[in-house]
Amino acid sequence: MTTTLTPRTQGASPTKASARRPSMYPRWFFIPSGVLYLVLFAVPTFASFYFAFTRWSLSGVEFIGLENFVTFFTEPMLIQGFTNTFIYGFVTSAAKVVLGLGLAVLLTGPILGRGYLRSTIFFPVLVSTIGIGVTFKALLDPQDGLVNQALAAIGVAGPGWLTDPSLALMSVALVDIWKGVGIATLIYIAGIVAIPQEYFEAARVDGAGAWAAFKNITLPLVRPATATVVLLSLIGGLRSFELIWAMTKGGPGFSSDVIASVIYKQYQAGFYGLSTAGNVVLFVVVTAIIVPIFYILNRRQVES
Amino acid sequence: MTDTRTLTTADPRGRSRRRAIDRRPLTLRRFTRKYLGGIIAIAASIVIFIVPFAFILFTASKNAQEASLLQFTLPTQGWFFFENLVDVFQARNYVLLRAFINSTVLTVASVTIMVVFAAMVGYVLQRRKSRWNHVINMLVLAGLIVPPAVVPTIWVLQGLGLFKTLPGMILIEATFGLSFCILLFRAFISTIPRELDEAAVIDGAGPIRLFFRVILPLLKPVVVTCIVVQAVNVFNDFTGPLYFLPGDANATVQLTLYNFQSQNVSQWNLLFMDILLITIPPLIMYIFFNRQIVAGMTSGAVKG
Repeated sequence: MTTTLTPRTQGASPTKASARRPSMYPRWFFIPSGVLYLVLFAVPTFASFYFAFTRWSLSGVEFIGLENFVTFFTEPMLIQGFTNTFIYGFVTSAAKVVLGLGLAVLLTGPILGRGYLRSTIFFPVLVSTIGIGVTFKALLDPQDGLVNQALAAIGVAGPGWLTDPSLALMSVALVDIWKGVGIATLIYIAGIVAIPQEYFEAARVDGAGAWAAFKNITLPLVRPATATVVLLSLIGGLRSFELIWAMTKGGPGFSSDVIASVIYKQYQAGFYGLSTAGNVVLFVVVTAIIVPIFYILNRRQVES
Repeated sequence: MTDTRTLTTADPRGRSRRRAIDRRPLTLRRFTRKYLGGIIAIAASIVIFIVPFAFILFTASKNAQEASLLQFTLPTQGWFFFENLVDVFQARNYVLLRAFINSTVLTVASVTIMVVFAAMVGYVLQRRKSRWNHVINMLVLAGLIVPPAVVPTIWVLQGLGLFKTLPGMILIEATFGLSFCILLFRAFISTIPRELDEAAVIDGAGPIRLFFRVILPLLKPVVVTCIVVQAVNVFNDFTGPLYFLPGDANATVQLTLYNFQSQNVSQWNLLFMDILLITIPPLIMYIFFNRQIVAGMTSGAVKG
């Protein structure tokens, strides 16, 4: 690879230093990463597009066309996982954007205990998801859990957070927001701190109140931060598995299943083909949502 | 007036000066604006963020019977912290001890590989302008976005004889972390002047010496960021070991927690001791590398 490019570079710039450049930045530096990426990431990804069309189990591989996908979109329990993925992804990332921005505005202003608050809100980001899932499973226990006991103390009958099929997914999403809001807040703080202070001073001179300044200065100028938060939390939210698995295992019934948990359940059951089809569906969902958002958010940034 | 006269010690002076500034109408409102928000925020943060961690600590210090009540109280039947600590390590033939060793080996090895490999890619990618850069950038982004295809990855690992082995898991974690590190390194290397490379080459350094002796030491801040963020990620990863490293022989700490949860439902005290133990390494990382973690996780917030 190096030799094919050498003549072109030499021809373009005749000085001695640039003639040596191909050896200064050798192409083989790509090879170690490239091999890992190719063997353990690219090959499995491409192979999944074949295996998704097969009946694949311990006994062998048999090509069956679209059957896996038909199964995936006709079984009610699998469709549930499909729709839940969207709900979970959008609810968690919307909440992280709103709460993260609110907290960041609060924590960049003059407030008591700012450093303490920043560290406290951020710390759950670093804690093991499984540990947090187990902890909140105990805290959200319908009878003995702290949350419902506290609600009972003020006279409210707390719901079965993780046992009520209509609530289970949202309860897990709530814990996800609890764990992840710290990273959104930090990203927004970095975005707000980067806004030149003169803009706010000028706005104050012009008689703008706090809300007007927020709406007309902060909000438009933290757009890069918003883009980062939205993309990160959507990528994480759509692929989410660990918290759901630790807290509900997709239950009760299939009410809190997402595509990632379906993939694991099918894998456990030995339906490797169906599991891989789930992977392909997840791939399509994530790409179809993330790539357009990525381009929209980046284009607007250039315009403004 | 008062503050000019009472110049006795530093403390009363400061207090009186503050009082002089506060000497305006509507002191209650000013007090409210200055402190009330902070006090409410701190109280809320204690309820929302500190209580769950206190619950972990308290439950880990109770005896089995009291812990099973799941109540948020200090241990009333005595503190069993050290007994539980010993018990949790001895449980199931010291599986947790082996898990800690496995997790440490996994984290250290995979982070080392990914940092060195990613730095090499980031360096050449930033320094060398070629039409392939566009393609490589796309591949790096794909590595961040695309969910790994699990069953085909197992298939590849089996083909290589690395399934259910620690080396296999190390390579998997290294691969999945490459993209993030490459992006960090590429951004940082653009701030190192090219003249340095040329000076080193004139002094007779070859490409390998140039990179490992001249460039890599200059990357120290971003290397630390990368190590810390990825170490926390790998240490906390549950999905990876669940798929690629099943079984007790090579269990990681996250897996022991999960297995503990499904096997010993009655021993909540030991379960929460386990959670406490796996929370400590990230906590230590956070205390010592607060700044680097924040820098790594908010990279991209300003530039987009």
